[in-house]
Amino acid sequence: MVKYIGKRIIYMFITMFLIATATFFLMQTLPGSPIQSYSKLNDTQKAIVEKKYGIDKPKPVQYAIYMKNLAKGDLGTSFAFKGKSVNDLLASRMKPSFILGIQAMVFGTIVGILLGMIAALKQNTFWDYGSTFFAILGISIPSFVFATLLQYYIASQWHLLPVGLWNDGWKSSILPSLALAMGPLALSARFIRTEMIEVMGSDYITLAKAKGANGFEIAFKHAFRNALIPLITVLGPVAAGLVTGSLVVEQIFAIPGIGEQFVSSIMVNDFATIMGTTLFFSAFLIVVIFIVDILYGVIDPRIRVAGGKA
Amino acid sequence: MSKILQVKDLELSFHTFAGEVKAIRGVNFDLNKGETLAIVGESGSGKSVTTKSIMRLLPESSSEFKNGEILFDGKDLTKLSEREMQKIRGKDISMIFQDPMTSLNPTMTIGKQIMEPILKHQKVSKDKARKVAIELLNMVGIPNAENRYKMYPHQFSGGQRQRIVIAIALACNPQILIADEPTTALDVTIQAQILELMKDIQKKIDTSIIFITHDLGVVANVADRVAVMYGGKIVEIGTVDEIFYNPQHPYTWGLLSSMPSMDLNEEKLYAIPGTPPDLLNPPKGDAFALRSEYALKIDMEQPPPFFQVSDTHYAATWLLHPQAPQVEPPAGIIERMRTFPGSRYYEATGGRA
Repeated sequence: MVKYIGKRIIYMFITMFLIATATFFLMQTLPGSPIQSYSKLNDTQKAIVEKKYGIDKPKPVQYAIYMKNLAKGDLGTSFAFKGKSVNDLLASRMKPSFILGIQAMVFGTIVGILLGMIAALKQNTFWDYGSTFFAILGISIPSFVFATLLQYYIASQWHLLPVGLWNDGWKSSILPSLALAMGPLALSARFIRTEMIEVMGSDYITLAKAKGANGFEIAFKHAFRNALIPLITVLGPVAAGLVTGSLVVEQIFAIPGIGEQFVSSIMVNDFATIMGTTLFFSAFLIVVIFIVDILYGVIDPRIRVAGGKA
Repeated sequence: MSKILQVKDLELSFHTFAGEVKAIRGVNFDLNKGETLAIVGESGSGKSVTTKSIMRLLPESSSEFKNGEILFDGKDLTKLSEREMQKIRGKDISMIFQDPMTSLNPTMTIGKQIMEPILKHQKVSKDKARKVAIELLNMVGIPNAENRYKMYPHQFSGGQRQRIVIAIALACNPQILIADEPTTALDVTIQAQILELMKDIQKKIDTSIIFITHDLGVVANVADRVAVMYGGKIVEIGTVDEIFYNPQHPYTWGLLSSMPSMDLNEEKLYAIPGTPPDLLNPPKGDAFALRSEYALKIDMEQPPPFFQVSDTHYAATWLLHPQAPQVEPPAGIIERMRTFPGSRYYEATGGRA
């Protein structure tokens, strides 16, 4: 197991290196430059600024410098945000994004799993159709539409929760988390429903019944864990969906999170910040996928890595 | 011998999109204490459905008891609530399934799976249940039970898994053990081991067994009595000798003739012609008549009642009616009958083969 984890961590670093390289060169192909908005500067001044940020050097040299700094964990200096380091920028904005992401993920999957279970156990009843309808809404309505609806009714009409911003403690996080949670919620509900129905028809469920187990024990002790395996597989991509979803949702709720900063950095061609944020998102995703793979083994003994005790 | 289970006039239907499928159409049998009753028949004859209905394991939404009763311990199982059934399942009546590869929960240790019915039905501590589970594993012949107890099903072979399923079924010393083709999915050497194990266990814990199979070789090996099912009905029931050496129903003749034998030198194995009856629209008379070369005219009109052959032997065929013409069974069957005292072809001189 230790060997497996070690190997995975090495792979994770290789992946990060490839992502960093690809992003770096893709950024160079973008039209425009971070200092194009400094229109008042004359050519000499521009040259000074370029020299200051190191973008006068040939691309391979820039790449080498960037990668060297990255290896030390330094993401460089932002062009747009008054010379602040990208590390500081990310650090200050990480917290809201993280809270939103985790809340949405936890709430979405738990409620989704419950809905899916109800739908499967009460197959072809009102409960099933209701939960299916809800899940289809969740999948088909984009998070920004849902976010706007939440803002309009819950915040603006009924004044239950703040419309936006991040200045009212946990209350501020509820609506954006809900908006973000719809995706994972709907997806988990669909997955769990399909899987539960399949698992409930399997021989070992009949055997559990033949042992005298009641409905609750059958559903939760026997079926649930087996139905969870495919869901775990999609939770990785769902986490990715949350990250991209948060770009929009944070913008709508005016939350000073990473997503909001990412969008504004793209607007002004702030290379270093775009790179930094992309790498941060990638790292997040890679770690989530890693955790998912570990979870597999915890849930399903058949997938446990050889010789390991998870 | 005391009767432990009585199935009377049982009729059960499935509701499907195509209509009502009459899967069981009046089944009667008794199970005596300590005996093994084999139910044989081809696929779709209703043997599994009969036993699943005893356990009430059929989906409640699509199956329906139309008539009859299943008497166990003074109660009619067809009328019990799901709650009351849960107290009987796994404790008084338990079941072994066909495919050991799929009948164990892949994400639960086998120890837990064996302990489950013990903890459920008996008021014992976890430690005690664990001890019982390990004893059971030893009894069914899993070596090194103390260590293997914590393993998962995928770490066992097919034969071992079936042993574990048997251990689960035996966990609460059931009065009735239903084995639904327990050896069909296993290869022949393992089959023999599992059958041997089941016989040993029956001696040890004195349980009654209903053994479902379509393998007549297995029947001869394990059963005390045999019920032959066809088209949702029992067509012949008797002791294992009566069924094997004095069969009366043309379907039983067909079954026995299609069993490979060491004695017969025929090159081609007999096969019953035709296909099983459509239970969506069951035939009016004898369900086997259309495939039987011995069919009488009345077979098309009226279902035959049970005719008594001996105290223990009954067959539902018009051939046994006093007015029926004498027919000559297939050669192989006559050969068998020659050795059976009481059959019409019995020859006192002929020793049993």
